[in-house]
Amino acid sequence: MPAVRGDGMRGLAVFISDIRNCKSKEAEIKRINKELANIRSKFKGDKTLDGYQKKKYVCKLLFIFLLGHDIDFGQMEAVNLLSSNKYSEKQIGYLFISVLVNTNSDLIKLIIQSIKNDLSSRNPIHVNLAMQCIANIGSADMAEAFGYDIPKLLVSGDTMDVVKQSAALCLLRLFRTSQEIIPGGEWTSRIVHLLNDQHLGVVTAAASLIDALVKRNPEEYKACISLAVSRLSRIVTASYTDLQDYTYYFVPAPWLSVKLLRLLQNYTPPEDPGVRGRLNECLEIILNKAQEPPKSKKVQHSNAKNAVLFEAISLIIHNDSEPNLLVRACNQLGQFLSNRETNLRYLALESMCLLATSEFSHEAVKKHQEVVILSMKMEKDVSVRQQAVDLLYAMCDKSNAEEIVQEMLNYLETADYSIREEMVLKVAILAEKYASDYTWYVDVILNLIRIAGDYVSEEVWYRVIQIVINRDDVQGYAAKTVFEALQAPACHENMVKVGGYILGEFGNLIAGDQRSAPSVQFQLLHSKYHLCSPMTRALLLSTYVKFVNLFPEVKSTVQDVFRQHSNLRSADAELQQRASEYLQLSILVSTDVLATVLEEMPSFPERESSILAVLKKKKPGRIPENEIRERKSPAPPSSYHQNSHATAHVNDNKNSSADLLGLSTPPASNTGVLVDVLGDLYNSTPAPAAQTTYNPKKFICKNNGVLFENDLIQIGVKCEFRQNLGRLGLFYGNKTSYPLHNFVTALSNPSDWISKMNIQLKPVEPVLEAGAQIQQTVNAECVEDYTDAPSISIGFVYNNVPQKLSVKLPLTLNKFFEPTEMNGESFFARWKNLGSTSQKSQKIFQASSPIDNDSARTKLLGFGMQLLDGIDPNPDNFVCAGIIHTQTQQIGCLLRLEPNKQAQMYRLTVRSSKESVSMEICELLADQF
Amino acid sequence: MMQFMLLFSRQGKLRLQKWYVAHPDKIKKKITRELIATILARKPKMCSFLEWKDLKIVYKRYASLYFCCAIEQNDNELLTLEIIHRYVELLDKYFGSVCELDIIFNFEKAYFILDELLLGGEIQETSKKNVLKAIAAQDLLQEEETPQGFFEDHGLG
Repeated sequence: MPAVRGDGMRGLAVFISDIRNCKSKEAEIKRINKELANIRSKFKGDKTLDGYQKKKYVCKLLFIFLLGHDIDFGQMEAVNLLSSNKYSEKQIGYLFISVLVNTNSDLIKLIIQSIKNDLSSRNPIHVNLAMQCIANIGSADMAEAFGYDIPKLLVSGDTMDVVKQSAALCLLRLFRTSQEIIPGGEWTSRIVHLLNDQHLGVVTAAASLIDALVKRNPEEYKACISLAVSRLSRIVTASYTDLQDYTYYFVPAPWLSVKLLRLLQNYTPPEDPGVRGRLNECLEIILNKAQEPPKSKKVQHSNAKNAVLFEAISLIIHNDSEPNLLVRACNQLGQFLSNRETNLRYLALESMCLLATSEFSHEAVKKHQEVVILSMKMEKDVSVRQQAVDLLYAMCDKSNAEEIVQEMLNYLETADYSIREEMVLKVAILAEKYASDYTWYVDVILNLIRIAGDYVSEEVWYRVIQIVINRDDVQGYAAKTVFEALQAPACHENMVKVGGYILGEFGNLIAGDQRSAPSVQFQLLHSKYHLCSPMTRALLLSTYVKFVNLFPEVKSTVQDVFRQHSNLRSADAELQQRASEYLQLSILVSTDVLATVLEEMPSFPERESSILAVLKKKKPGRIPENEIRERKSPAPPSSYHQNSHATAHVNDNKNSSADLLGLSTPPASNTGVLVDVLGDLYNSTPAPAAQTTYNPKKFICKNNGVLFENDLIQIGVKCEFRQNLGRLGLFYGNKTSYPLHNFVTALSNPSDWISKMNIQLKPVEPVLEAGAQIQQTVNAECVEDYTDAPSISIGFVYNNVPQKLSVKLPLTLNKFFEPTEMNGESFFARWKNLGSTSQKSQKIFQASSPIDNDSARTKLLGFGMQLLDGIDPNPDNFVCAGIIHTQTQQIGCLLRLEPNKQAQMYRLTVRSSKESVSMEICELLADQF
Repeated sequence: MMQFMLLFSRQGKLRLQKWYVAHPDKIKKKITRELIATILARKPKMCSFLEWKDLKIVYKRYASLYFCCAIEQNDNELLTLEIIHRYVELLDKYFGSVCELDIIFNFEKAYFILDELLLGGEIQETSKKNVLKAIAAQDLLQEEETPQGFFEDHGLG
């Protein structure tokens, strides 16, 4: 145990030693609990504790808290210490309160009273202790209580320097809490004049305060400009011995210099030519000093010196008025680019980003392009490489765009995963912005997809499609290029999307070439179809129907594809719908109507690139530096952003106008036609969302769709099941133009489910922004069989009104079915085996809609059992088999459904090895017909 | 303005934390955990700065201890390194070749010294002499007060 300094509390030291000697986490917790019990009993005991003991116990509590444990008592004892007449006790009391702040504590009044007493003490050490406490907590109560005392201490003539220093920063802290605290009028000039104070410590502290005040009201504090310049001038011309202890490793007052340079960045360059001249002189001196040989080899010397230099450069860039200084700054930073110190290279790259945006120094920055490219490739530290990428982005213009984009593409192949997405965005933006030839742009984006397909976000590939559609000079080239790209044996799914879309629109432009004849194009695309996600398949189906229009010769091939079992009867509702609608469209409609419906897409409205918005969002700390001038270029409809994969499936009706995927983004003038055509074919086209849509029974036989919808919110769902495990994605969409606050979801009646199912709701963000959508994942594990399905309750605040919903999850028992294939022989054998009444369940019921074999088939397929054809002698009857998986057992299940068309009745029989299961399965399914 | 300062060991144990911006304990713990993991994963020659959320992190290792500060976009990274260094110098002077154990056993002193150097997240006093003078004055006040708790110290603590 090291020697204890000062007044040393041995008991505390012993306790800390004990903790350090604990061999395990458990031992440590045990020791801590013992100590907490001890302290609690001491605090509660009859014996009054003396100040020393209180101090010691409070200190132990503090130590325990700092180890990461919760402390919920001892506040009162700490507050008692504040009024001790012993400084050491008072100090520990203040420390405890500062660390375990609880501004709404009942004790705050007592604390404020103690602080008041100490503020009026004659001993500056006590006064400072009180102010440190205010600065540490800085609550609104304190701003109110001390709004008068602290400014007075700050400017009063007989306040000691050390107290003034604390008062300045204490006031700053209170000002950050409540802005009204600063008195105006004559106070302004007295505060500003602190910059002239004899004591450099006071000036340093005051400079921080003034910087904050200036930010709020620059005009009122304008007098600080000339004071700051003359102070700075005195510092930079001082020799390092002049300032005594304020010289830091041979650099005169670096902290104050930086503060002053920072303060001046709140204003435009000084108007007074004298002041301006002096400031420029200071900046020149600082730049000159950077070229002098170092006065010390210590890193502290170079850090302090360069800290001032970087701040001076920052002011030069901010003023952006002295070309000479800007170019000098650029050369200085250029030298740093190859400095030994990683820190300096990092900062130089960062500062150069700003220089690149000034018209005076942009060209000077470009001279360093090669070094910067090398930094991007060779730096060992990813944060430095990131800075290099940012700088390349910032220095990019028409003259070097091709080279920079090419270098970034090359680097992307090996770039760190952490920066790839951002690089992709940057490359996409630069390529678009500086494309003089759009074939180059198309090449760049396709390369992006090839090299870093996983990092190419929707915005990027949407964008390339928009641009191709809007520019007819590039369409033929784009079609040819995607066709070639798709020939690669393994190509990224994003490539299939772009390729599919573009060939669907412009495939005809390359169809003349035998190598890319219509059937070749179709086969090429279709060879990828089975490897793609449902979303991409949906897009390809649209491409195929467009082919029907473009190339009548492939019509029958395409129709065969629509007719395929996996499409027409796809488990994915969107694919099923597209396949059947497109099929009917191609069969029923005349070529004229077909040509109108499937006409080429109209141009997209011209707006700013949405990719830029994404980049801005990714980097909230700073603005992307390659400032995009207000140039008009096409952009997607604003709702793209929220239109994630899932919504594209889930709420097809609602977002149809924004869905790039959907054929439902029709030419404006043709909207009516499309709707009419489909309307004739399907009178069952879903009506626009009614006030509240909620029909949990619908989800017994399907896994995806809109689970709930009212005026405020739409809840979509997508689920997957494997054996006894299920995963649900819930998509909450805010339909209003206000954010929904305090958004919480929880399982209703969790105790009912605890033994049946393990359900785990992933946390969601508490705020659902206007028009936005958030996703919540729910994992479920079936433990044993059950009835009905669990519900979740959803709460949020809309427009200050709390809302509460309860929604049943699509987690009925049948979801855990695994379909089982079997022949007639074994089916009947099992059927007979399950003959006892406790294993059977039967229901006879009226059909709710006219009996239709096709729709019954679809429902049974969706129900999850294997539909066994050719087993029942009566072809109208349905026979199914499946196994329900639970954690504890597997339950085999057989089913027979006999429709009676004359009577419009059904008889449903379910047999399984468990009575409760037979009953529940029968119950669930009977409602569906 | 500095938002917080953390001192932690190579093993990832937090030794001192000073927050200049109020956060709930849960958030503080989360931030601490994340940053310790990020910084300990970095190699020695790497740059001392990193971007983290909308803050800049400046860190430096002294023997077995890492000093890590979070500053705002407008703050000067290099000078923050020197704030750390000045703090280390002050601890060193006060304890006489400071080591991690000194900070563990005298954490309250480490806080008092820090409060003299930085206040409300801004530098208060850059002069080493002046800070040490202020601390010495505090110690003097303590010594004048009669030492108590003799019995406590000899076994009954």
